[in-house]
Amino acid sequence: MSGASWLQAALAIPYLGALLIIAVLSRHPNLRESASLLTSGALFASVLMVLLAFLRGEPIEARLIELFPGLSIAFHTEPLSILFALLASGLWIVTSVYSIGYMRGLNEKHQTRFYVCFAISLGAAMGIAFAANLLTLFIFYEVLTLATYPLVAHKENEEARMGARVYLMILITTSFVFLLPAIVWTYALAGTLDFRLGGILPRDLDPLITVLLLALFVLGAAKAAVMPVHRWLPAAMVAPTPVSALLHAVAVVKAGVFAIVKVVLYVFGTEMLGQVPAERMLVYLAGFTIVAASLVALRQSNIKRMLAYSTVGQLSYVVLATLVLTSFSEIGAALHIIAHAFGKITLFFTAGAIYVASKKTELSQLRGIGRRMPITMTAFAIGALSMIGVPPTAGFVSKWYIIAGAFQLDDYFVLTVLALSTGLNAAYFLPVIFRAFFREEDQPPAKPHGEAPWPMVAALSTTALLTLLFFFYNGPVVELESGLVGKSR
Amino acid sequence: MIAHNLVALPVVLPLLAAAVAVLLPPGRKPWLLATGIAWLVFAASLALALRALGGEVLSYPMGGWEPPWGIEYRLDAANALLMVLIGAVAAAVFPFAGPSVKRELGEEKSPLFYAALLLFLAGQLGIAVTGDAFNVFVFLEISSLASYTLVASGKDRKALTAAFSYLIIGTVGATFYLIGIGLLYALTGTLNMADLAARIPEVAETRAAHTAFAFIVVGLCMKIALFPLHLWLPNAYTYAPSAVTALLAASSTKVAVYLLIRFVYGIFGADFSYREMPLAWLLIPLAVVGLLSTSLVAIGQNKVKRMLAYSSVAQIGYMVLGIGMASSLGLAAALLHVFNHALMKGALFMALGALVYRVGTSRLHQWRGIGRRMPWTMAAFVAAGLSLIGVPLTVGFVSKWYLVLAAIELGFWPIVAVIVIGSLLAVIYIGRVIEVAWFEKGESDERCEAPLSLLIPTWVLVIANFWFGIDTRLTVGLAELAAQSLGGTP
Repeated sequence: MSGASWLQAALAIPYLGALLIIAVLSRHPNLRESASLLTSGALFASVLMVLLAFLRGEPIEARLIELFPGLSIAFHTEPLSILFALLASGLWIVTSVYSIGYMRGLNEKHQTRFYVCFAISLGAAMGIAFAANLLTLFIFYEVLTLATYPLVAHKENEEARMGARVYLMILITTSFVFLLPAIVWTYALAGTLDFRLGGILPRDLDPLITVLLLALFVLGAAKAAVMPVHRWLPAAMVAPTPVSALLHAVAVVKAGVFAIVKVVLYVFGTEMLGQVPAERMLVYLAGFTIVAASLVALRQSNIKRMLAYSTVGQLSYVVLATLVLTSFSEIGAALHIIAHAFGKITLFFTAGAIYVASKKTELSQLRGIGRRMPITMTAFAIGALSMIGVPPTAGFVSKWYIIAGAFQLDDYFVLTVLALSTGLNAAYFLPVIFRAFFREEDQPPAKPHGEAPWPMVAALSTTALLTLLFFFYNGPVVELESGLVGKSR
Repeated sequence: MIAHNLVALPVVLPLLAAAVAVLLPPGRKPWLLATGIAWLVFAASLALALRALGGEVLSYPMGGWEPPWGIEYRLDAANALLMVLIGAVAAAVFPFAGPSVKRELGEEKSPLFYAALLLFLAGQLGIAVTGDAFNVFVFLEISSLASYTLVASGKDRKALTAAFSYLIIGTVGATFYLIGIGLLYALTGTLNMADLAARIPEVAETRAAHTAFAFIVVGLCMKIALFPLHLWLPNAYTYAPSAVTALLAASSTKVAVYLLIRFVYGIFGADFSYREMPLAWLLIPLAVVGLLSTSLVAIGQNKVKRMLAYSSVAQIGYMVLGIGMASSLGLAAALLHVFNHALMKGALFMALGALVYRVGTSRLHQWRGIGRRMPWTMAAFVAAGLSLIGVPLTVGFVSKWYLVLAAIELGFWPIVAVIVIGSLLAVIYIGRVIEVAWFEKGESDERCEAPLSLLIPTWVLVIANFWFGIDTRLTVGLAELAAQSLGGTP
């Protein structure tokens, strides 16, 4: 099979998986879960084949249908899209294993709906990853919003409905009010929406319009959770933990930052934005988000909410790095998409494992839990260190590149933000680790417990190992992502 | 012979069939006849649209009397689009009407009911196809009288007052239109639309022409239910039988919008309407206020049917916005939305009819957990709702794309904001229903899906929402062609 047909396969497999789960297997839990695993495996395999074809230098494109005259639903591959697709599909396998333990451990209801929506969300993520133009990206971006809504409302109580309402309203509002007009405006200005390295907008565009358009894109891609459009992310924490782990730490939020990186590199072009001084305003906004989100995270008492605010801050690392516009910072942005994904999914997995094993959700309840759940809490520590950016974890690698990028311009604002954020991250993660391992339990739990069910432990160990592994073995990824800047600078 | 008379066929067939339907015994037969006719009409209109898509303009002298003396039926891209729309909606709603009306009204009066339905169809198609301004009035009255009857046939006694206020406002509108036509006839001595268009520039600066324009526009706006002339609509839609509401919502106001476009652009010409007369200053503010205020009112409704009725008024705002922009792209967007909105509202009201068939009411608080009891019906409602919101891959997105593009092209930024805010309000009122139906617990979990005879027509329209949201060649092609031929810019 050629690269293009593998690409088509990768786009279709999640939906086929969803159909499979609905049609045949909704009455048989075992088969349903195997179908979910099988789908994720097949998806990862086909994305790998796309990668191989891409490395061979094959042009890989797919065209679905012409939606409007001159505007098609079309797909292509470039370094960033493969990275995002590999990340989402690979971690889906791990999450599928984890979900089995979680959903059974808690005896959750409506599991078929859960697995189906999950598969559709991944399908949407693939569509976003491989989109060849802004229209295609927008279409799948909306599909992702809608497919994740039932997952957020999953528990069907008033709290879940409220959270889902906030989630939907913010994501839909921003995408209709900011993103869609930005896209239509781009079309009116450039006459095309295709992604081209170096940008498609006319070079002589008024700087004011340029920065306005960029602001519309950055706020419109609210999945990137740049303040002030970040509130949906903490609201989404009412969802079951596998959803928070894969979707709200990887697929959904990364779709947002992915869209921003893509727009900066392929719609504006770094060269063009470099000539617009006002672009700095958005750098400041991202910097503010990083610091403010960390401060808010410091004050949280719920584990998942703390992690959510940590995500808000970490996502803005990517946005910030992208907007610094130097070659190293762009690579750093791409690397941070991976590094944060590995670390944060580990953290969410551990939060879910703690909940299933002990029903604990608050940070204050974690005293001494490291002795009951040593593997889980070790994984938590690794994830936390990666958030802070300490070697030997993935977070260090990406931070290294972002700092190097900032030095290319002697950008002291960015350097200060990074230093501050590192300190704040340490301030809210380290006490948790300390409490878990070195403090005594207040009182022994009513029902003594050990680790969570094995599928969950296996999943969180895998992602923790990946977090470590990425520190030692990141050469191929760096090389692949150099393609993002190789031609433009 | 059929090929030669094809233009007249869609009007003549239902008109004759209406007379036959009255003579049939009560029961299923009138329904079967009406359904068969609707399908024939749909086939004929599709055949006509394909010819119009090729850029052909078909002219047919009624009874062999040559225009401008005789009545001319004239088919170009604009009314071809409208005919396909009316035909398609009728072909989907008529089969649906059988079981739905039987449940809601019983079968004793079915010959009269279906005769009225067929007359309504004939009137709508007649307005679409005729090239004669007075003939429009005749068909307008045929379809309006039929629809007053249909609304009055609703089971609730409030249907009678609803039909009465509809009758009053509708008649005032039709009379205004007639006065306008009378003035034009006195000025130009002709009633043929093409002929009128040629002669109006000579008399453009007379006060009589201005008065005629004002009467016609206001008269048609009453039929359109443009805010603030919409007060008849919510009650009429709420108390009419479900199938009738689907039909009215999908085609009745759309035909009036088409007429407005025809008069503003085709007959008076954009130059007269927007330079000589300040039409944009009338249409755009009313559309904006109407769109926002009725969307807000829709959010506050407890009855889903009433909520959708208010949403219809809001959606008309989009079409009028497109007309008021006075650009070729805006006009194309308006025409597209005429077609697309018919598909979404048709599907929504039919899904609603199917839900009412089982639940017996459209009060929202009695729909708790209905998503689990009637998954297919509710899924149709959700899918059509997404189209109303304007989610990509649905027809709603296509309309919105063109509207926003047209507004940006003209630099009308506040209008862009209004368009997107309108769809956000739609998210709220559709979202409310979804939340109650899927994410709240009902009293029972027992399955009670609507019968297939209701589900199939509903899903056909739902699929059409996605089909024309993905393959836009027919709709966008016809709309752009029509906008060009009508001449969008003043």
